[in-house]
Parts: sequence; C-alpha cells; structure tokens
Amino acid sequence: MPTQLTPAEVQHVAMLARLKLTPAEVADFASQLGRMLDYFQVLNEVDTEDVEPMSYAVEVRNVFREDVVQPSLPRAEALMNAPKTDGQCFLVPQILDGG
Amino acid sequence: MDYTVVIGLEVHVQLQTQSKIFCGCSAAYNPTQPNVQTCPVCLGLPGALPVMNRQAFELALKTALALNCEIASYTKWDRKQYYYPDLPKGYQISQYDCPFSKDGWLEIEMNAETGETRRIGIIRAHLEEDAGKNMHDESGGKTDSQVDLNRAGTPLLEIVSQPDLRSAAEARRYLEELRLLLTYLNVSDCNMQEGSLRCDANVNLHIHQDGKNIPTPIVEIKNLNSFRNVELAITCEIERQFEDWKATGRRLGDVPKETRGFDAQRGVTVGQRGKEEASDYRYFPDPDLAPVTVADELIEQLRSDLCEFPADRRKRLAVTWQLSDYDVRVIVDQGREFADYFEAAAQACGDGKQACNWLTQDILRELNERRLTIAQFPIRAEVLANLLGRIPARQITNKSAREVFLELLNDGGAGPITSSRIDEIIAARGLALVADTGALEQVITAVIDKNPKAVADFRGGKQAAVGALIGQVMREAKGADAQVVRELIIKALQSG
Repeated sequence: MPTQLTPAEVQHVAMLARLKLTPAEVADFASQLGRMLDYFQVLNEVDTEDVEPMSYAVEVRNVFREDVVQPSLPRAEALMNAPKTDGQCFLVPQILDGG
Repeated sequence: MDYTVVIGLEVHVQLQTQSKIFCGCSAAYNPTQPNVQTCPVCLGLPGALPVMNRQAFELALKTALALNCEIASYTKWDRKQYYYPDLPKGYQISQYDCPFSKDGWLEIEMNAETGETRRIGIIRAHLEEDAGKNMHDESGGKTDSQVDLNRAGTPLLEIVSQPDLRSAAEARRYLEELRLLLTYLNVSDCNMQEGSLRCDANVNLHIHQDGKNIPTPIVEIKNLNSFRNVELAITCEIERQFEDWKATGRRLGDVPKETRGFDAQRGVTVGQRGKEEASDYRYFPDPDLAPVTVADELIEQLRSDLCEFPADRRKRLAVTWQLSDYDVRVIVDQGREFADYFEAAAQACGDGKQACNWLTQDILRELNERRLTIAQFPIRAEVLANLLGRIPARQITNKSAREVFLELLNDGGAGPITSSRIDEIIAARGLALVADTGALEQVITAVIDKNPKAVADFRGGKQAAVGALIGQVMREAKGADAQVVRELIIKALQSG
C-alpha cells in the first residue's frame, strides 16, 4: 500500500513554498509526494550500523577563495530573466507585513 | 507584584570584507545604485556554485575568539529554506547544528562607580549570508515592491547571547560593549544606520507569585536599529507583557512564540506575524559548500594577532596613568583611535591626568561641535602634548593654553598644525608667563598704590577685596599666573 500524505500536510508544504493549489492538485500531490517518501523507505532498508553519518558525497574540506572583488554582471543582465522590472530593481507583488 | 526580566539578544554584524561571502561581487554598501553588485551565485541562478571567502571566515573566527568562544574543529553550512523576494535562492546559507563557535561570554560593566561587572553568556556565533533589500511603497498604493540584491550574499555574523540580561539598560550596555569590541577588532564598521549592526531582542518576564516563578510568553522584537531603540523597545515590551499577564494570565507555552516590531514614534511594540507564518525552515546541509576543519595552528595564530580588548585597555590605562574608572571609560568607549590619541598625547607630555582632562572636556566638546572624528581633528596628539607640556614648564598658564588651543583650531589654514604655530600665537598674544617676579612686583606695587580702598578693606578683614587687585594686575601683566599674583599681593599687603 503506497504512502499517502494527508491534504493538510500537502497544504502545509505548499504554503511554505508559497504555492496555491487547487483541490485536484492537492489530491495529486498527496499520492506523488507519498511515492517519493516510499523511495526513501528503500534506503531505510540498508544496514547503516557502524556507518558515520555523512553530509557530503565527496570528501573535500576547506575550500576557500581569497577576498578579491571580481566584476559583477551589468544591471541589465542581472534583471534579464525577471518577469517584471523597472529598469533598476526587480518588481514583485507588494509584500504585506506578516503576509 | 514583583518580576524578573529575562532578555537575550541576537545580533547580526556585517563583516568588513571586500567581496561577498560566496562570490566575488563587491560587498560595499551601495543603496543608490541597485542591482549592480550581483552575479549568478548571489542571484541564485541554476548551476552557480558558492565558494567560501577566506577573509570572512577568519574575521568570524577572530570575533568568536574575542568573545571567549570555543571553536569547533568541524563546521558546515546548511540551507535554511523560506520564500521571500529578497532571498533569490529560496534558501539562506546559514549554520544550523554545527556552528563554528559556541559557549563564550562578554563582560559588561554594570556600575562605573563601583566597577561592578557581569559576564553575559554567548550561546553561539555563526556565519551566514545576508539577504537583499525589499523596498515597499510607503504611500499605501497598490504598486509593486522593489527588490535590490546588492546586499544579497554579504557576510553576516550572528551572535546569540544567553538570556542573561536583566533590564533594558543592561541590554543596551551589552550591545554597546559588543559594538565597541567589534570596532576595536576591526571586523565590522558596525554602522547601525547602514544596517551593518542589527539587533533582535527576545524578552519575557518571570512573575514572582506565591513563591513561584511564572514565565510569560517569549516575544522576539525584530530589527532594532539603534541603541536607543533597543532600550526603549524592551522597556515598552516589559510593560506590555506585565499588563498582558495581569489581564489574561497567559504564560509561556499557552501561545506560540510571537514576533513583534517596534514603532518608535508611538513607543509600542506591534505584533507582526500571523499563525500561518509559523516557520518551518527544513534545514539540511548545503551540498555545494565544503565543510571546514579548523586547525589548532590557525586558531593560535589568530589568537596571537588579536588586539588589546576594550576591557583590558580600560584596566591598563587606569593603572598606567592613575585615572579614575569613569575617565578610562570615557576615553576607551570613544573608540580605538580616540584611545590611541590619548595614549600618544599622555606619553608625549608625560601627564596622563592632564591629557585626560583635555581630551574628555576640550577635545570631545570641539569634536561634537565641529562634527569631526578624532582622526579628522586638526590638532594631532604630539602638538597637543607640546602645548600641555608648556603648562608645568611654566611657560603659559592653563587658561592661556586654552586660548592657544582655540586659536589653533580657528586657524583653519592649509597644511598640518605644527608646534611652532604655538610659539607664534603665544608671542602674538603676549601670553608668555611673566616669570620675572621683579617685574611683577613692580606692577603689584603700582596697583596697590592706586587702590587704597581695596587695601583698607583687605586689612580690615575682607579677604575678597584682593580679587579686584588680582584682576588689575592680570590686565597689566597678561601672561602672569593668577595663583602667583595672588600670593605676591597677599604677601605685599601683609608686610606693608
């Protein structure tokens, strides 16, 4: 029996990602996200006794760059992919306090 | 009803680097030209990879050492996920469970007269990136908000105190001492107007009732941008929580933690976020950034490079120059350059108390009036010392020295002020002390002869009558030392 998220769990994740979902989408994601969690169940079957937890796939440590300024993008290029700009800034729908 | 106030501060400090924390864009404050300091890394474009700025990490380490923190041998960075337009990646690179430092303390002075101090615990200091800046339309129209990402990715050090602070004044004192330390270390300019130093305060009360301690719900006051507002906001919040407790009896755990802002105009804190905003940051290790292991040699090297801390400097100056706690606090708290100036002047003239008096009175007054920093002050320490040295050498009086001092400042000429200018002013104004008592005695005799009434008054027991005589002698012999004149007159009157 595949895992199924509750509609409330889907709504919570959607809210965190600032997504508005229709009831049909909530139902879809409830089963899709559930199937993703099932994939992790497979990983959980691996015996990890005596294995150190690891956060990184490669054993690299202490990678630094020196504190030197490099040229930035011209403003026009920085704004190029934005859906809306005023030529200087990115424009986004007004954010209300607490909203 | 009695209560204890419990306060912890979270302070964000912008570290003084040339470039941002994970890319080579300039980290300079530049609000007038939005979006000219960005690149694929700080814009969060797909495929761009962050690389840690060595200088940012070392400045952070240096600060943590100065805050007596333990440095972790292994540290990593995590993604703190939330959606806000000033955060282009959809997550902030921060540190969650392995901050690079923890368990430190900062000593603050509670009472300048008694020298009583308190150690405020530091839970942790961690290194993260700053977000960009949203600009809202203040007119209330339904226009879009502007986003400037120049600041996105500048290095931030977050310093979290233990809830050890017990009053609004103490919180302010802690923040002031922390700022002083950071500027002494040269890790941040701590400019609060430009947002280089920002403060959030966690506040609640422990109400003492029937032998029990009842905690009220903890409130976080966000974005306090001046020392004054930190003190005011906490004072207002203490009052609000006490009233709220009396009205509702709500205690810690009854309601979720609340975030409030401070409205300085109305002098109240205002609730900010609804329940639906309850944060859920879903931290996980950032796979793009390599973790860091800190070698003991690096720690020792940074430790040995640390400058003298403000608290140690206060103690040393007090001992070396025989100054009061109050005096050393005024000198050291003005910042490193001011204290350097003091030490240079005190050493050159050999009289710390004299140098202290001039710095804390005359120079501070002139700096305030002329809106100058000590670095911009036209009279350098060695010139001041030269002037001060002339007082014990009996070349000029203290009063004349003040006159020369003001004249030096008003010169406003080109080029640096030199000590030879002091000679010129003394000569031009006839301020040279009349050391020749023979000449002085002649003037005194003449004045006594001209003032039989004052002489009679004095001999009749009216001590104050001597003042008029001193005044007249001083007018005749400009550079004379008033104390010497007084003694000579009294001697002349008593013997005559």
